[in-house]
Parts: sequence; structure tokens; C-alpha cells
Amino acid sequence: MKKTPLAETHQAQGARMVDFAGWYMPVQYIGLREEHDNVRKNVGLFDVSHMGEVRFKGPKALETLEWLTTNDVAKLNDGEAQYSLLPNEQGGLVDDIIVYCLKKNEDYLVCVNASNADKDFAWMLKNNKGADITNESEKWGQIAIQGPKALELCDRVFPFKVSEMKPFAVQSGKFGNFNIMVATTGYTGEKGCEVFVEAAGTVSLWNTLLEKGKDLSTMPIGLGARDTLRTEMKYSLYGHEIDDTTNPYEAGLGWVIKPAKKDFIGKAIIVGKKEAGLQRNLVGFKMLEKGIPRQGYALFSFDNKEIGKVTSGTHSPTLDEPIGIAFMDVALAKEGTEFHLDIRGRKVKAVVCKTPFISK
Amino acid sequence: MAFHIPEDYYYTKEHEWAQVDENIVTVGITEFAQDSLGEIVYVELPEEGQKITQGQTFGVIESVKAVSDLYAPVSGTVIEVNASLGDDPSVLNDDPVNEGWLVRIEMDTEKELANLMRAPDYKKLISDK
Repeated sequence: MKKTPLAETHQAQGARMVDFAGWYMPVQYIGLREEHDNVRKNVGLFDVSHMGEVRFKGPKALETLEWLTTNDVAKLNDGEAQYSLLPNEQGGLVDDIIVYCLKKNEDYLVCVNASNADKDFAWMLKNNKGADITNESEKWGQIAIQGPKALELCDRVFPFKVSEMKPFAVQSGKFGNFNIMVATTGYTGEKGCEVFVEAAGTVSLWNTLLEKGKDLSTMPIGLGARDTLRTEMKYSLYGHEIDDTTNPYEAGLGWVIKPAKKDFIGKAIIVGKKEAGLQRNLVGFKMLEKGIPRQGYALFSFDNKEIGKVTSGTHSPTLDEPIGIAFMDVALAKEGTEFHLDIRGRKVKAVVCKTPFISK
Repeated sequence: MAFHIPEDYYYTKEHEWAQVDENIVTVGITEFAQDSLGEIVYVELPEEGQKITQGQTFGVIESVKAVSDLYAPVSGTVIEVNASLGDDPSVLNDDPVNEGWLVRIEMDTEKELANLMRAPDYKKLISDK
């Protein structure tokens, strides 16, 4: 199993460790609910060093990224970031990513999912239009700092005011002797940032954040709470809401697809499917009867036709009730639609609701 | 972590316990199981009168994280179900080896008890984890 620079720290700090996509990662520290609630109320630290980083440099960096991704990369100025997608030739998705513009036209960093990192890197090389592409995943540790008090903590630790950065901005600097890049992005719906730090500085940064954040109730958070936090926001997770067959418009990601601006891999198929009329949409739902939705459960209409499938489901710690995300036939995919969820052979009533599940 | 593992119970390798009183067997999950699962939010149990078979699933327990099957320690007929768990499954986290019992079974044959572990073996099983 691969280990992040923080693996021993997690163990020493009492985390329960699991194999996540080939990585030895903390799933839980003191308890999923306590960790989840602390991110919603105070600050949480997440080790996201397992995520992959790929650097695009040189005069062809922008052109290559435009071809590889769906969003408008040319729009990005120095220090700006954007959520984006890596489409494949069949109109599905290789991954969802964040593109950071370090220097317009010539230097970009792309952050990718841990589970897809090797596949993505090979894909990028295969479709390279002449950029200087380097896999920097080994070089960087990454810590997400999230919660209503996160920016206050960041201002104590970093040499510039993170609280004054706009959302989806990135700024380079130093933590001690280590190079860092602080990006005001996240996966929880809370304020905060994600910090890339040179791998050798990861443990020191982690412990400094815990130490300087003591009075803010800063605590380390495992992958279990990371998943409930993102589900409450209806953020996509690769392998759940999106995969190599997903049309991104169906997944509600049309806002990061800019076909009028540029050409990109799979564009004709992705856009063609939208113009022909989408078959299904991603919706959020709640239960009207007892039961917890889980990935793969089927949705049925009351006259017993299969009308969709659950992509993610959990018991929401914030709302203290079950919540689910599902693909649903487009004609039915609107707030208020009631349906049956097939929970291990039992038909249980549920209803499409507004998302995000919590208001932010 | 020190788990409370009653000496007079029987145990399955899937972390259920069985307390035997003549031919009536009370079944639950161990403290190790509840600790691994985390916060338990839902339990699905058989109805009274239902037949269950040793080693087969007889119900489901869900934590925030995941769904886990419950395995029957012995074969027999369900004679009582802990109805209070439906309203408040948190007792499964607080006291799984007493108040958090799941079902009572009228056992078909006590010979099946030979397939279960006693406390020292079960302690050894979880200490290897």
C-alpha cells in the first residue's frame, strides 16, 4: 500500500487506517459524527496527500489543457483556479479535476483524484499537444483546512492573509523552508483552503496547524466524514456520480463545459447527447419511510418501472436523517417526485428534494 | 481498547454473540463490532416466527459509513425481537452486549454450539486484528 507523508502521524494520533484506492489512509479518528460536526462548526484538517498533481509547462501548456479539459482554461489569470473535467473520446469522463493557473499560458498545476492518478497521467501524456507534462504527485503533500474557523487558523500559519483571498484562488509562498501553494478550494461546502506543501514539510505543517488551532477546536478528520460532508453538498465523487460512461450534462456539470469557447476531446459526443435530449439527471432525495440509501440501489415508480439508480447515500450527520443522490429518468427528475427505493428487496418510499441538502 | 467480552457467551467470527439459556439463545453484536461500525443508525431484523439458519444472514445493521450483514449463530425460530432498537439503535453503540440484544431464538439443536467460539478464542481473534 502507498503511504502519504502523514501515515505514521495518523497512526500515532489514534486514527483507524484503511486501504483507500491503494493508499493507507485514516478513515476515522475519534468518530465520524464528531469529526463531521467539527468541520461544520469549527475547523477540520484532512490529509489529501494521496491526490495526484500534474504540472503543465511551456508554450504548449495552455493549448494542451484546452484540449484535455472541458472548462475555459484561457480565462484563468495568474493565481486563479477552476473546477473542470477530463473527458474521454466516448463522451464519458476520465476524471474530475482542479486546474490552477500559476503563470498564464505557461505554467499550470492540475490536481486529480488519487484513485485515477496513474490513469490520468497516462491519458494526459497520450493526448499531449506539446506541453512539458510532469507527474509531481510524489513531490507534494496536501492538507485541506475546512470549516467556519479555517481561514482564521490559516492567517496564523501562512505568511499571507488567506482570509483575503477570493474563492478558487491560489497563492504560492513558504512555510518555513518549504514551498507551499495555498488554494481557496475544498470539498465540504465550508470556508477554507487546500494547501500543497513540499512532501518533507507535510508533517510539520500538520502539527503546526493542530497546535496553533487548539483554541479553535481544530481536529484531524478521516475519510468517513469527508464523504458525508461532500454528500451533504451533493458534490460529485468519481466512481459514484461520475465515471467513464457519464455524460457530464446529466451529472449536472454543464457549468464547467464550454463548447462555444474551444474544442476538446469527446466534445461532439458530449454536446450531441445534450442536444438530442438528456435521458437522466442527477437528483438528491430523502426517505419518507425507514431505510438508508446506498450506491447501486434501484429507484422504481409506483407502477413498478425502474426509473433510476442511487450513486451515493448515507445518514446525514448534520440533518440526522438519510440522504441520497441518484440518477433518475429526466421526466421525473424534479423536486417533489415520490418514488420507491429498492432496499435489499424492500420497497421504501422516498422523495426528490432540493440540493445541496444543507444550506450554505 | 479493552472490550467487554462476557465469559459465558458464545461468539461467531463475524462478531455476533450468543447467550444460551437452555434452548433459548439471545443474540447480539460484540463491542468490537459496534466499535468497528461506528455510529449505528439503522437495524433490520427478522419477524417473530421466522426460521433462521446458522451461518446465514438474518438481518442488517447500518452505520453512517456502511451496511453490514448479521449472521445467525445458531439455527432456530425467532421468538422475540428487540423492538426498542427500531426507534433508537444508539443502544447498540452504548451497550451492545446487554440492552442492545437483537433477537431471541428457540434453538433447533445445541450441537451447533460446537461451531461457535468461547470468550478466550474470540479475544484472541480480535487481538489479531
